Amino acid sequence: MRAYWAIVSARFRMLLQYRAAAAAGFGTQLFWGLVRIMILEAFYRSTTAKQPMSLEQAIDYIWLGQAMLMMLPAWLDIEVTAMIRSGTVVYELLRPLDLYSLWFSRAVAARTAPTVLRAVPMFIAAGLFFGLRAPASPASAAAWLLAVLGALLLTCAISTLLTISLLWTISGEGIFQLTNTCMWIFSGMLVPLPLFPDWAQGALNVLPFRGLMDIPARLYSGNLSPGVAGALFLHQVLWAAGLILIGRLLLARGARRLVVQGG
Amino acid sequence: MRHIVVENLSKNFRVAVRQPGLWGACRGLAARSYRTVQALDGVSFSIDAGELVGYIGPNGAGKSTTVKVLAGILVPDSGRCEVLGRVPWRERVATVQRIGAVFGQRTQLWWDLPVIESFDLLRDIYRVPAGAYARIRDELIELLDLAPLLDVPVRQLSLGQRMRCDLAASLLHSPSLLFLDEPTIGLDAVSKLAARDFVRRLNRERGVTVLLTTHDMDDIEALCERVILISKGQILSDGTLEALRAQVTPERWLIVDLLEPEQVVSDPDVTEVRRDGSRVVLRFDPRRVAAAELIARITARHAIHDLFVENPPIEEIIASLYSRERA
Repeated sequence: MRAYWAIVSARFRMLLQYRAAAAAGFGTQLFWGLVRIMILEAFYRSTTAKQPMSLEQAIDYIWLGQAMLMMLPAWLDIEVTAMIRSGTVVYELLRPLDLYSLWFSRAVAARTAPTVLRAVPMFIAAGLFFGLRAPASPASAAAWLLAVLGALLLTCAISTLLTISLLWTISGEGIFQLTNTCMWIFSGMLVPLPLFPDWAQGALNVLPFRGLMDIPARLYSGNLSPGVAGALFLHQVLWAAGLILIGRLLLARGARRLVVQGG
Repeated sequence: MRHIVVENLSKNFRVAVRQPGLWGACRGLAARSYRTVQALDGVSFSIDAGELVGYIGPNGAGKSTTVKVLAGILVPDSGRCEVLGRVPWRERVATVQRIGAVFGQRTQLWWDLPVIESFDLLRDIYRVPAGAYARIRDELIELLDLAPLLDVPVRQLSLGQRMRCDLAASLLHSPSLLFLDEPTIGLDAVSKLAARDFVRRLNRERGVTVLLTTHDMDDIEALCERVILISKGQILSDGTLEALRAQVTPERWLIVDLLEPEQVVSDPDVTEVRRDGSRVVLRFDPRRVAAAELIARITARHAIHDLFVENPPIEEIIASLYSRERA
């Protein structure tokens, strides 16, 4: 356990060095957050029908999405990609470690470090100037934290699965674009999930992607009551467990057919 | 005690063949054709504890594949293999805990971290107890003169410095078996000598078993008593460097420094290898003519400043062997 923790912590510290990228990302995300809120405000003003989510909750939802954007498994682990391309991955296999746990540890660092770098300024800026409210209640805050933990498990399970796919594809671009599109739509990053038509809700509730973003954001704003947090956490954990299992099976097969690039 | 036992090991790779040109690329979308590359074809050898063995062969001969099978990274198609008493790919984690490796063209250090933090990370990965770690680390730092490098991020190290750090990194967990894959590639003369000296001491003083893969025959001549030669996935020879030399060619070289540079040295039993100014390098077969007799004949006919007999350099031997294999 200590070995994996050491890897998480080393990678985390390394990734905290990318401050310029974080600053640039912060600017972009602030801009997109404002644009999305303007669109939503126009939508809410143009309709008299009662929406399943208040405008204030929707604004919270958008800012939480922008703040926690780096939690999404939408970026390749550049280090593992480079290792697989160059063949340095042999050193990963030479360690007395379980390869799945090793790559999962890398994913934990790769998802948390940039999130911390961007979420903190985003919470401050959006909270002070752009309408992000505090959590609906202390219970909502606790439920949100639990859901963020679930989202972390889920995002790392997906990230690791994508990393493993590199053993087959080397570049990984194709699979990434495919999953990215699904994720962007079904996690609520594009349009808050409660605003989707009723017939879509069933499928959206079953898919794993809402666990990445939608569940934590709605618990935070009180759109979902803290009472359902346990069941939702279970949804996240079950999906994560399933994806971890698939990842382990794939890796066991992938390692057998491994060809190390570059001799 | 045997550290490595390999019996009849075979491994094939299936490689997708791409047809040239646009039409070929389009056809490749529908139907891929594959070619089988036999990387290892019935390889057998064994290495005892404390040996320092050179593993040589031309590019693509199967050297790296062998090392990767031994390290549990690749699974062979058939054959038996035991490393430190374990089948490496079945008990990968337990096996690699006692193996160290350096791949000269790649670093195992974390690119953005200072060297010492990479070392600390390896301590955690290999679960080295704190006391033992401090002792081994300080020893390696002293032996390889790493003290000035410890706080430098790896990306800022020169190749020679990086190689010294990589050597240290491969030994922090006191492995009993060390794989060195071209550890001197790209190094300057001083760094090469330092690396060789370190490997020799490691083997002699600590008894670490070393399997050295290299293209640098000076490495082999300086370090290895035993050489295994592989080509096209098969072992061609396994024995001392002298035996290898004898197997390839019995020839010797007679090097003559003439007093008058323009003279032509001709004798039915020699052929000229090359000529630099007044120095002539001649090749002869000691089974046909004794060296003493040849020297007497040549000194009788030519004015000579100096003369000596030596073995052809190992590079020439290996080159002739490789080209014979290719033909």
